[in-house]
Amino acid sequence: MIRLSHVHKTFPNGAVALRDVSFHVARGEFVFLTGHSGAGKSTLLKLLYAEQRPSSGEVRVSGHVVSGLKGDAIARLRRRLGIIFQDFRLLEDRTAAENVAFALEVTGARKDAIAARASRVLAQVGLASKSRAYPRELSGGEQQRVAMARALVNDPAILLADEPTGNLDERATRGVFQLLRDINAGGTVVVMATHDLDLVRQTEYRTIEMRDGAVVYDSADEASAPGPQ
Amino acid sequence: MRLLFREALLSFRRAPVLSSLSITTIAFSLFTIGLFGLVAINLQRALEGLEERVEIVAFIMRGTPAESIAQASQDIAAFPEVQDVGYVSEEQALARARRELVEFRDAYRDLQVNPLPPSLELRLKPGFRDAAHVGVVAERLRGFSFIEDVRYGREWIQRLDHLRNLTGILGLVIGLVFAAVAMVIIGVTIRLTLLQRAREIHIMRLVGATNWFIRGPFLLEGALKGTLGGLLAVALCYGGFLIFRRSAESFNGLLFFEPWQAAVIVAFGTLMGLGGSLLSVGRHLRHMGGRADRRAS
Ligand SMILES: Nc1ncnc2c1ncn2[C@@H]1O[C@H](COP(=O)(O)OP(=O)(O)O)[C@@H](O)[C@H]1O
Ligand SMILES: [Mg+2]
Repeated sequence: MIRLSHVHKTFPNGAVALRDVSFHVARGEFVFLTGHSGAGKSTLLKLLYAEQRPSSGEVRVSGHVVSGLKGDAIARLRRRLGIIFQDFRLLEDRTAAENVAFALEVTGARKDAIAARASRVLAQVGLASKSRAYPRELSGGEQQRVAMARALVNDPAILLADEPTGNLDERATRGVFQLLRDINAGGTVVVMATHDLDLVRQTEYRTIEMRDGAVVYDSADEASAPGPQ
Repeated sequence: MRLLFREALLSFRRAPVLSSLSITTIAFSLFTIGLFGLVAINLQRALEGLEERVEIVAFIMRGTPAESIAQASQDIAAFPEVQDVGYVSEEQALARARRELVEFRDAYRDLQVNPLPPSLELRLKPGFRDAAHVGVVAERLRGFSFIEDVRYGREWIQRLDHLRNLTGILGLVIGLVFAAVAMVIIGVTIRLTLLQRAREIHIMRLVGATNWFIRGPFLLEGALKGTLGGLLAVALCYGGFLIFRRSAESFNGLLFFEPWQAAVIVAFGTLMGLGGSLLSVGRHLRHMGGRADRRAS
């Protein structure tokens, strides 16, 4: 589903964010992307949703080379992805339902279909009763659920999450994480950047650790490589 | 399309202060330009009225055969500068003098010999009613052997020329200053809109909106604001015009814009709003399209 080959990223100011990153994520996987702040996790995710281009190397998502996409091809890619962030990125002047519907509106979906689908996805994230609430009326955990509903509304094959629990307390973190696991159980690939190691240790999911822009550990390599490390 | 309109209208409700600010700045700049336009229109008309009277009189030697005169007036009428040529006979000249120069009526009545020579009267085409062209034509007329003298209001024409040049330069300077002021104000408004909307545009892009989908409401919004600003400007101009015209009796004949001229002002507002939003949204989308770091690759 996702394949990076020798990806480098250097910013114009000379900052090196990624060094020779290569890995492959298969259908149905849940992958943690870990590493301290500044390791390159966000940059890596940005390459996946074509917010940035690699300086060299190739990025493939669902079989398409996304490293060279431009204009509306980027828009079409993003409709097949769900993306959530630490800061939720909801539109403050729209209700929960409107925020979710927004992701469908931009695709030009039919109006009646939009409303039905939006309320179904809100129910899926447990927020059916808050569909008319504005973001400022919701807790952090609830806002992140709205963002997840928005990410899910186009039935994405891949969900990208950049520190989705970074702003949440423990209880909300558990709820959001459980929801991510449910989504993954439904067949959606989830790539989650986090530095919450407790969360990582709770599960057996694949973990890719980054340091200074390079992959320094991939639990998938360890599992397949026999013998002592 | 309905969605597009809803988005555009929403922005008015979401940001009433900024929206009215952009409308009033567009209105104000068009208002100032419109006021200048009104002055220009009325001045131009006044000048046209004066120019209508720019005339060259060529006095003809007595005893010149009628055929020569007829031939000459045909030649003169063919000058590129000349609009029309009229022949005024001695008798007509006298009749006119008796009619117009009331003070000398008695003097003219008892004349045995007509002291007034026959003449050719020329009017120049609108583009040539200035001192330089009049001089050239007058010089050419003197070349005819039977033309005794050529008269024209040289000083008067030159003064008219100066007035026109002055208004032209003044109009250009004032117009440029106004345009610059309007540009600065619009630029500031656009930057404010941009700052206010950056998050929204970013989110739209994240959920997969195409560039045109994002631009659409902004462009429509800009066009709507610009149109409103233009309408407001025309209304302000009309208000100012009425107040000014009422201030003195002699201003009664002042002209306001023709409907098409008012429409041009409104259309100009639409274009300003559209151009402003196109510029800001275009730049913003480019910036967020990832090209900022292309140099790295
Ligand atoms: N737009 C940018 N311009 C310049 N440097 C950047 C930019 N984005 C990220 N970086 C740098 O790239 C490195 C990786 O950043 P990031 O991917 O955000 O790390 P993480 O998400 O793991 O904290 C950091 O050193 C950061 O300063
Ligand atoms: Mg980050």
